[in-house]
Parts: sequence; structure tokens; C-alpha cells
Amino acid sequence: MTAPEKSGSVMVVGGGIAGMQSALDLAESGYYVYLVEKSAAIGGIMSQLDKTFPTNDCAM
Amino acid sequence: MISPKLVEVGRHLNIEILTNSELLSLDGEPGRFTAQVHQDPRFVDLAKCTSCGECAKVCPIALPNEYDEGLSERKAIYKQYAQAIPGAFGISKRGTAPCKATCPAHVSIQGYIALIDEGKYAEALQLFKESHPFPGICGRVCHHPCEQICTRNDVDQPLAIRELHRYLADWEQTQESPYVPEVKEKRDEKVAVIGSGPAGLTAAYYLALAGYQVTIFEKLPKAGGMMRYGIPEYRLPRSILDTEIGVIEQMGVTIKTGVAFGQDFTLDSLKKDGFASVFVGIGLHGGRKLGVENEDAEGVLQGVDFLRDMALGKEVEIGEDVLVVGGGNVAIDVALTAKRKGAKNVTLICLEKREEMPAWEHEIEEALESEINIVNSFGPKNFFIDKSSKVSGIEFKTCTAVFDENGRFSPSYDEDACQPFFGDTVIVSIGQSTVLDGIREQGIETTPPGGIKADPVTLQTSVEWVFAGGDAFYGPKSVVDAVSCGKEAAESIHRYLNGLDLAEGREKQWEFEKPDTSMEAHKPRTPVRCLDPEARECNFLEVSFGFNEEEAKKEADRCLRCGICSECYQCVKACLAEAIDHTQQPEDKEITVGSVILSAGTEIYDPGELSQFYHYGKNPNVMTSLEFERILSASGPTMGHLVRPSDEKEPKKIAWLQCVGSRDTNRCGNGYCSSVCCMYAIKDAMIAKEHSKEELDAAIFYMDIRTFGKDYEKYYDRARNKEGVRFVKARVHSIYDDPKTRDLTLRFADESGNMVDEPFDMVVLSVGLQAGEGTKALAERLGIEMNHYNFLKTGPFAPVATSRPGVYTCGILQGPKDIPASVTEAGAAAPAAGADVAEARGKDAKTIEFPEEIDVAGIEPRIGVFVCNCGINIGGVVNVPEVQEYAGTLPGVVFTDSNLFTCSQDTQDKIKEKIQEENLNRVVVASCSPKTHAPMFMETLEACGLNKYLFEMANIRNQDSWVHANNPDLATKKAKELVRMAVARSATLHPLHERVIPVNKRALVLGGGIAGMNAALDLSKQGFESVLIEKEDKLGGMARRLHHTIEGADVQGYLEKLVGQVEKDDKIEVLSGAQVAGFEGFQGNFLTEVKIDGQQEPRSIDHGVILVATGGAEYRPKEFLYGEDDRVMTQVELSDRLEKSGADGLDTVVMIQCVGSRNEENPNCSRICCQAAVKNALAIKKQNPASQIFVLYRDMRTYGLLEDYYTDARKQGVIFVRFDKEHPPQVAADGDGLKVTVKDHVLQQDIEIGTDLLALSAGVTATDTKAVSDIMKLNRNPEGFFIEAHVKLRPVDMPGEGMFLCGMAHGPKLISETIAQSQAAASRAVTFLSKDTIQLSAITAKVDVDHCVKCLTCVRSCPFGVPKFNVEKGEIEIDDALCHGCGVCTAVCPRQAIQLSFYEDDQITCKIDALLAGGI
Repeated sequence: MTAPEKSGSVMVVGGGIAGMQSALDLAESGYYVYLVEKSAAIGGIMSQLDKTFPTNDCAM
Repeated sequence: MISPKLVEVGRHLNIEILTNSELLSLDGEPGRFTAQVHQDPRFVDLAKCTSCGECAKVCPIALPNEYDEGLSERKAIYKQYAQAIPGAFGISKRGTAPCKATCPAHVSIQGYIALIDEGKYAEALQLFKESHPFPGICGRVCHHPCEQICTRNDVDQPLAIRELHRYLADWEQTQESPYVPEVKEKRDEKVAVIGSGPAGLTAAYYLALAGYQVTIFEKLPKAGGMMRYGIPEYRLPRSILDTEIGVIEQMGVTIKTGVAFGQDFTLDSLKKDGFASVFVGIGLHGGRKLGVENEDAEGVLQGVDFLRDMALGKEVEIGEDVLVVGGGNVAIDVALTAKRKGAKNVTLICLEKREEMPAWEHEIEEALESEINIVNSFGPKNFFIDKSSKVSGIEFKTCTAVFDENGRFSPSYDEDACQPFFGDTVIVSIGQSTVLDGIREQGIETTPPGGIKADPVTLQTSVEWVFAGGDAFYGPKSVVDAVSCGKEAAESIHRYLNGLDLAEGREKQWEFEKPDTSMEAHKPRTPVRCLDPEARECNFLEVSFGFNEEEAKKEADRCLRCGICSECYQCVKACLAEAIDHTQQPEDKEITVGSVILSAGTEIYDPGELSQFYHYGKNPNVMTSLEFERILSASGPTMGHLVRPSDEKEPKKIAWLQCVGSRDTNRCGNGYCSSVCCMYAIKDAMIAKEHSKEELDAAIFYMDIRTFGKDYEKYYDRARNKEGVRFVKARVHSIYDDPKTRDLTLRFADESGNMVDEPFDMVVLSVGLQAGEGTKALAERLGIEMNHYNFLKTGPFAPVATSRPGVYTCGILQGPKDIPASVTEAGAAAPAAGADVAEARGKDAKTIEFPEEIDVAGIEPRIGVFVCNCGINIGGVVNVPEVQEYAGTLPGVVFTDSNLFTCSQDTQDKIKEKIQEENLNRVVVASCSPKTHAPMFMETLEACGLNKYLFEMANIRNQDSWVHANNPDLATKKAKELVRMAVARSATLHPLHERVIPVNKRALVLGGGIAGMNAALDLSKQGFESVLIEKEDKLGGMARRLHHTIEGADVQGYLEKLVGQVEKDDKIEVLSGAQVAGFEGFQGNFLTEVKIDGQQEPRSIDHGVILVATGGAEYRPKEFLYGEDDRVMTQVELSDRLEKSGADGLDTVVMIQCVGSRNEENPNCSRICCQAAVKNALAIKKQNPASQIFVLYRDMRTYGLLEDYYTDARKQGVIFVRFDKEHPPQVAADGDGLKVTVKDHVLQQDIEIGTDLLALSAGVTATDTKAVSDIMKLNRNPEGFFIEAHVKLRPVDMPGEGMFLCGMAHGPKLISETIAQSQAAASRAVTFLSKDTIQLSAITAKVDVDHCVKCLTCVRSCPFGVPKFNVEKGEIEIDDALCHGCGVCTAVCPRQAIQLSFYEDDQITCKIDALLAGGI
């Protein structure tokens, strides 16, 4: 039995900061990425934050 | 910070974002899975929406804004947040509202109600008339099935839906002229409609709307059918009927009355007159007979005839005592009309019981109000006649059942129980029938019961070009049913005339879902004022007065907005880009992928379930930390103004309560630590203090402060010592809410055990993170194992691999963690997922090919200016045609254009076309921000061979129309100035080319510990070679001293396997006993010299990237008799002892935490020592349960899921004693044992513990890397750990391009964290190595060596240390491979000898000149 032909795509489920980073690393490495997000926009909880520790940089 | 990353993801050619989507299932195996993805519609076309926001302005539906945690409102059509990607708006819907789904005409009921609520009556009326031509008629006579289904009915009473659209029609009567729908395009085809009842009129209305030439043929003298000749005037005033029929005539429909089908005209004559299709809606104008003796006697009338004759104004004779036979609506109308005509006694007798009567309840009520005597359960037996053969009454028999056991109409009687009723007039009203005169003769087939035969969906009759509907087709029904049927008939005729399939896609399912109403407050239905019953006698005045405006708005406000979006379609009208599509349907997609990463994140703990204790949801001044985060945010509900919700006053005292929904097995079951709450509470407290005008008392109530991350302890110190944030170690016992002031009093025991009451203005709950129901369901669907907290299960040595091969995880789905840890894991998951498909790398990836570049050298500028309207964003303020005309007068401009949306795809095509047609060599776009849009326009230039740097933008939106919306003239003037400046600059631009350098595909890994080896192996799995340099003669690093992880995993076994894999791997070259001796080069092309023990000559290694994994070591304590007494050892030494000789002889063990950490010398927390102590304590307890173990600690920092082990240790009897930094324990050697003295906080006295062994939780120190850091110019922090490019979002990148960092070299961490980080570093490295070339930025600084005086100002000023003085050449050199293009050197150079390309001096000064040229 021969192994099925490999796909050159990866699916990332969840478009928060973790999913975005995975998607970018994969896409930059030569793979096609499907980023599946439940809501109407990516960004996740990080996009709701005002500032981030420990630098107090603006989260957005 | 996240914003550029959002844009990067959004614009990436090889990332396809599927929003509103869920992964349903995954079949297949690693390398080739088939994923089923369900995507809900957005109702907005992503490609067309330009995010202008006009739609949201007109949307009448406001709902809590999830982005602001419900503290503000958003519209049903919305953008999640300003910077959201995708930027397109979307619509929230919950199916179709029940009212609309149930209405036979499917009127957007919630829509017109929402518009009434906003006072937009004209819009509401228009919306109604889109799906129903008779708001006024149906506003009076509809049987309103919508009200039965109305969700308000489940709370109190249904909305007065019918009265509300009647209000619209009444409002229309007060306007100058009624609303006549616009007929868009006239057509030549003629359509005949036979019968002018509601079905025929509706068919005519929709056919006319579609442009057809429609003629209605009516037998009776006036149009309206049963609406005029069946419904009495007191219920439906004729003026309303006339208005609404009049509108149809104004739309171009001809109505011919007094013409009978079959007599005055036939199908043949219609055909001859050019009619292409016919609709037959002739209604039920005949009565039904009882079929009993003497029915034809004088004084016996048929109900429909009676009503029609009354409506026609004919003389109708009735007596004083009227008997009406029948229980339907017509019978009621007959009885009430008889009463109004002067009958003294009207008795209505029917077969049915009261509750079975077919008449609508409100009509029966009305009859009773008018003193109609209703007698139930009798069937007529025979009529009595008097001597003159005139009727005098009827004998009735008792009806025992109306329906048979199958529910069919089949009355049974008791013939023995009879009763006579006497009267001088009997009106029989037991049903209606079609008068089929002329129908059969025309060849139109009929049904056995006597109706017209037609297809139930298409309404086509046996004659192909003839369609039928209304009562004559389906039997007696309501007006709204006829409207629905008429609409369908119009659709069929349209399809028929255009040769389309009549049936395709017609049978739509109207599904709805009701919202949860359990929390809904009661709001009683607004009553309708009516004519007093006495005032109704002997006249036909309208009974109901309907609503006035106030009543209508009050009633409209009761709507529960079941569908969320009301489908009022105002957004469709407002959207100039035509992006909105309410008909979009859900899609199920099948997608082939090789591997999957699950990063579905977390849910924030909802403290609502503990509202009794926390008062959350009851007192608005108690909020979650995420809500508070929104309050602090400048884009939040208070625009960053810190006020408390109850009175919008600035709080003076705020308390933070830690561990809400975390470390709490009793109340919420979340036994773990959420890892982030201590840090964010400190952050929020500091920021809140910054935001307060007056001094804010910020107090954090905690159990342990867990600031265990890199440099986090310094942050905690800063908050406590510099910013004055108060830290109170206490668990709050209870909270009291003052109902008047809404202040909150916290009762807690202080450290010495005294109860304290302290009032606060606000309480912030530091809520934890948890696995949500959604992610649990996802894991279950995919068959992936979870731990007991429903986070995905992973192993210590494979931190991102789930239980299912080919599926990986990262972020909080795997366990609570902060952003850097999530990003690191994301980086680890990427190469893991990539390794499964490494051989197919590039197979699915898309690339763009650009045409050869046009040479513009020596050609005069030919500038094209494109001015954008941005819908009405710019065009609504700035006079765009004037700006465009002005642009045409500017020097060098050869072409101008203006566009509705310059960023839309079709405009890009247009720009390309114009560049080619007009030979443009410079392009200026006057629109919005270059930050968001310049890259796209530059791509457009490249796509037609124009160098992308020949582009310039003028921001006439953000910097003009938005800020000067109230001053259009000045805004137009400013737009011209901005365009003039942009045009001037564009003429000075010249092509720039990004230098392309080849990438050396080999990596150099510094350090052969777990981090370095994992990184090298990961690179190898993705096909890249590496050279691994280890200074020792053996691989393994710090891990060689370790035995087990806290989970019990065997470190030595793992290490052995890892070393074996590395040594066998032919893509990894290991150089042991090796050290870096020299280094040069830049990203993609480094050259490192390595000195190897025993070799004379250093070896030169060329490589494209560097991974730094130089590791760390255990601190060697100088305190607590370490090194003096061999019973004092470190935790690593203790575990070594336990491994070798067990816990024998260890009856008492004392452990001291924070040795060599969190002190002046090393201010940071070493992160791993608390878990090391717990691990060893548990190991001792396991081997020697009777042993006594004391852990002396400052804060126990068993973060994340490690908390379980801490809980277990306490259960096992390990005693934890807290001490503070100022009062450390004292250790003395005491004969046989050691004596440890520590001050107990609860007892407030010193306790002495004699112990067999003292374990010191010695911190982590960085490996000595001074030499390598100096040679390679790698920055370290004061503690010797290397510095990452960005603590949050680039945790494994180093500031220098092409350099990456992992493991303890970055900071203390666990093995699992080290592995994740090394995989992440490998992932980042692969993003470099997988490319053949790197494009360097074209925007770099260049030195004019002829004018440079070598003052070295640039060398000193460059934040990246790029300018160098080349001693040999005597010149300053700036390597464009290293230059960041920041422009600092350009600005500081006193001789202006440095130019930054694209921002050359004259390219900037020309803009100023252009501005001043206009005069100010």
C-alpha cells in the first residue's frame, strides 16, 4: 500500500495570538494555511487588552 | 502591538482566514487529513466591504458589545473592533425572527418595529410594502399568526404586531401623498389578473413592480373582492381600502370593473389582446346550503350574499329577531352587521363548542360585547315556516361531536335532544364556495370540491399560461394568505415569461430560534382604544382607533429582537459598495490538510455563579478584570476614563481579589492556577493609578503573588515599592454591598488573624482562564484526550503534541499561560505541524509573478491622481470633483480620476488599466492612511511593471474629512493642499530596488543541552542542516543532573534517546569541546569561527541563522551553611540523593525557598524552584510517609497545572510555612541535626525545627556567556540571560535578524517549556531557511562619502550600531543588510551627508514648499 500523497497545507483552529503566530510561521515556511476562527475576526482575547505586562506596552 | 501582526496575517498570501467557522471533523491520517469545516454566513461580502461603517450608522438594532464585555453597545451589523482583521463588517443573526418566519407574507416584522422604535416611519412603511401591499388593510383584519408565535408571549403578552403596521398606514394617511413603490424598469409584456381580491391585487402589485403591464378584470362594480364585499365597514373603512388599491393603480395597473370572465372576456380574447399570461383569483363569493327542509323559504338568507348586498348598498330586509347559523368569522360579521342594521335580538347558533368555534377569539369577544347571543353545540334540523311560507324559526338538534376520531369534520347528533329557536330572519353562514361560471368552459380544470386546480408550488393551472390562487384555489383563508399566494403567482408568471424554471428553489424552509427570556422584565401590552360598545349600534363607524405615535413607540420598545438583525435592510440601502447580502447561507467545506494545530484558546471564568459572594452582576461596581481592562482602554466604553459604573465617579479606592475561578476546587472546580492574574492585576493597578486624577488606593488581595516570568519580579517590586500598589495577603471572608452608595466593604482577616472591615469604591475580580464548553466539544469531536480540567493533554517531552498524531496544540487550550508562553508554544506547534508535511513544502503555497519593470529613467513625470470618495466618508464632506479637477491643474499631472472606493478590487484593475493607457510613471492616491493601504496600492503598481516606490498617498480621510466634518469648505481646501504636496513629492521619487541576498541554508546552534538538541532535531525534520556546538565534551547540559519531572517522566531516559537521535542524524554535525572564537556577517550569511579542544586551527562555519541555547545552571548557595555542612544541599542534589539512596533516615526535612532568587543580587524569581521543592517533598512522602517536611516559602509559585501537586503535597501533610524577605529563617548546626528557626505569621512567634536535612531551593543562574556575547554582539540582561527581540510577541527572536534564542539561555524554565521554546526557535529559523533569498528593505541610509567629515555622530546615534568607521578606507560605512531604515543617522548628521532612500531631504522639503506655495 502506498501512502497517500501529502498535502502542503496546514489547518490552524483558533485565531488568537497563538493561532496567528503558528499560521505566520507556517505560511512563512512554505505551507498554505487555513486559519479557522469561530468569531467574525481574528485577534482573540489579546485584542481586548489595554496594556500588557511587564512593559505596559499598548496591547493593540 | 498585536495590530501589525493582525495586518500581516490578513495580508499574507498563504493564509486563508475562515471566519465564523468551526472545525467539525477530521478524517484521514497525518500528511493527509480531510477536515469538515462549517462556516456561518457573514452576510457581508469580504471582497466588497470597505469597512466605511455607513451600515452601522443606520442599523436600528443595538446589542451588548462583546468586545467591551457588554459595557457598551454595538449594532447588529458591526466590526468586532476598529483594527479587526478581516476588516469587513458582519451581521449577527439568530435565524429569522419567529414573527417573520410565521407571517405567510414573511414581512420583516422585527424590522419595521425596530424602525418605528427609532421614529423612522417612512422607512418602516417602505420595508413593510416590500413584502406586503396592504399595511392598513391587514393592520385591521389580519388574523396575525405572528402574534401567536411572538416570543413576548412567553414572557407576558405578545407584541401588538398588527396594530403597529396599522399605525404605519394611519401615519401614511397624515402625509401629503401615500408611498408608491418605484417601478424600476418598464417591460412590454402584458399580464391579465382576473379578480381584484387580495390575491389578484397582490399579484398585480408585484408584477407591476417588476415592470409588467398589468390589467385587473373585476366582475363587481369596485375592486377589492372580499375585502370590500365580505368584510364589514366598521372593521375595514373603505377609505383605507381605496388608498391601498389606489397605490397599485398609481404603479400603472389598470383595473376594469363590471366585467365577467366567460361573458365579457375569455382566455381567447385575452390572448388576442396581447396578454402573455393570466392570473385567476376569483375568490369564494358563493355560499353553502344546509340542505334541510324549507331552506328556500322567504326570510332565509345566505351570509356572503347578505354582506355583499350590504356593501353594495342594496336594500336588504331583515326582521327584529335574527338567527345566524354558523360559527366562523363570516357568521360573526353577519351577526354584527345585522345588529348594526337594526336587529334587536341576534342569536348565533353553531355546531361547535365555544372553544371549537372557527371564528377568531377576538371576533367572538367583540360579538359578545355587542350582545350577540351565542349558542353552541346545535345543528339545524328543519326550518319552521308560518302560514305565508315565511321562515319563523329553526329546530335544532344537539350536536354531540363535530369531528370524528381522525379529526375530520363529521358531526354526530343526538336526534332526541332538540330545541327550537324562533326568529323572523335566518342567515345561513356555514361556508363559502367558488362561483365557477366561465372557468370550466375555458378549459381550466377544477377539483372535485369545486376549486380551481393548480400546482401547489408554482400555481400553474392546466392551461400553461394561466396561474391561479387565493380562496378559489385553496379554500377560505385570511387576507395575508392571499397576499402570500399573490406574491408567489407574480414570481411564477415572471419566471414563465422569462423562460425560467418555475419550481427551482421555491420551497424555502423558514426556521427560527427563540432567545432565552428567563431574565426578561415584564412589560404589559399597550391596549388599543376602541369605540364603546354602545356607540357601535346602528352605525358602521370603525371600532378600533389604533395607536397614536406615543403608543406605537411604547409598544415597539417591547420587541425582544429575536432574530438579532431585524432584516430592515437599511444597511443594504446605505452600503454604496453593494457588499451586503442577506441571502448568504451557511456553507460546509471539505478541506485537505496535512496537519492541524488547535489553538482555540480560553474562556474567561464567569463569576456570575458566585454572585451571592462577590455581588458580581448585582452591584455594577464589581467587575471582572477583563471588563476593567476595557474601562482602562482608550478605545473602551469610557474612552479610558476611569469611572465606576454606578455613578460615573472616579473611584478613590479599588480592591483586586485574586484567584477568582482559580485555585478553587470547592466552589468552581478549577484547582489550577491561571498563571496570568497576578501579573495583570499588578498591571491594571498601576495603570489605574496612572489614569486617576487624584491619588488612587489600589489594593491587591492575594494568597501568593506569582510573578514567576522573566523580569516579572522586577515589575512586582516596582508596583509595590515605587508605584505604591498595596498588596494584602488575605483571603476575603465576605463582601457587603451598600445599596445606597454602591460602595463595597471587604471583611478579611489580616496576617495576624484580626478581622478587618475596609470599604472600597470598586472591586475587580481577577478572573481565571478555563477550558470552554466549545473547546471541550471540539476535542471530543476530534477524539483528542483532555486532562481533568478539559485542557488538551500533552506530555512533558512533547509539549505541543496531542494524543492524536498529526494534531498539535498551543496556547491556553493546552493549559493556562501568558502571551509570551502562548507565542512560544505557537512557534513550537508550527514546525511540529510542518514536519508532517515537510516533503510537500511549497506545493500548495501561492506566489505572485510580477512583470518586468518599466524603465522610467530620464522620462518626465507623468503623474496620475486617484481621488477617493470612500463611500461618503470623504465624499460626504470634501468636494471630491473639485479636488479632482484641481489635481488636474498641478504640474506633471496627466490623468485624474475619482472613485467610490479606491481600495476596491475593481478600482485596482482600473488603476492598472490607466497606468498602461496613459503611460503613468507616478501614482498618487488621495484617500486614507498609508499605514493600512499603501502596501496594497504599491502591489497594484508592481503588477503592471511600475516600480512600487513611485507611489505617494495623501490622507484626505483620517487627517481631513474625519476631523473637519463640520467644515466642508475648509476640508476641501485642505484636501487640495494635501494632494498638491503629494503630487510634488511624487515627482521627486525614483525607483528603488530591494537588495536580494542568498540565504545559506545551514544553522549554527550554540549549546548541546535539551534546548539546542531539540532545535537541531527540529531543523533536521524540516530538512535543514545544522552545526551544534557544545563547550563540554558530552551533550546534555544541565539535564544530565536531573532525574524525573514532577509528572514522573524519566529525564535520563529521554536524554539518552535525544542524544542518540542527534548523533545519528546526518543533518546535524556535533562539535563538542567547542567554543566560538570569531564571528561576522549578517542575516542569511554568517561566518563563525569555532575553536575545538585539541585542534590547533579554528574551524570556519558559514551559516544562515544562529540559535542560541547556551543554557543555565543551579545557583551555588553561599548561605544557610551550604558547603559547610553536608546535611545542607540543593534541591537538585536532594533529588540525586533520593534517586540513589531513597528517603531512608529522612524523618524531618526542611526546605527553604528563594535561595539565590528574589534578592538584591538576583532580583528575579527562578520559576522552577517551588515545583522542585514540591516534587522532592512528594517523593520523600511517597517513600517515607511518616516523614515530616517543612517548606519555608515566601510565595508558593506552582503556576498553571503545577498547582495540583502543591495541593497534593498539603494533603500529604507537607507543612508550608511562610516567611518574609526581611525575616529569613536562621540555620544552625546542632549536634546530631540542624536547627532551623523561622517566624510563623499566624502564631506571631519564632518556631524552631530540628531537621535531618536542609534542602535549599537554589535559583537558576545563566551560564557564563560573556565571551560569546562579546564576540557575537548579543545583548544580555544584568543577570546574564540573553535578551529577546520583544518580550511579548517575539520571545524567541533576538534583536539581530537571523538570530534566535531558546531554553535557559533566555531565562529559567521547565524542561517542557524549554522544549517548546527550542521548537519555536527552530520554527522561526525555518521561516528564514526555507527561503532561497532574502529581500532587504530598500529604505536604507546611504552615506555621501565626499561630504562626510567622519565626525562619528551617526556611529554614536544609531540604535542598532550599524554605521562603522572603516579604518582602512577612512570612510563611514552603513551596511544596507543591517540598516533598519529608522532615519536617526540622517537626522543627526550635521553635514546632511546621509540620505535615507524614499525619504531623501528634497523628497520631504518639496512637500513643505508645495504647501507654502499655496500661501497660508
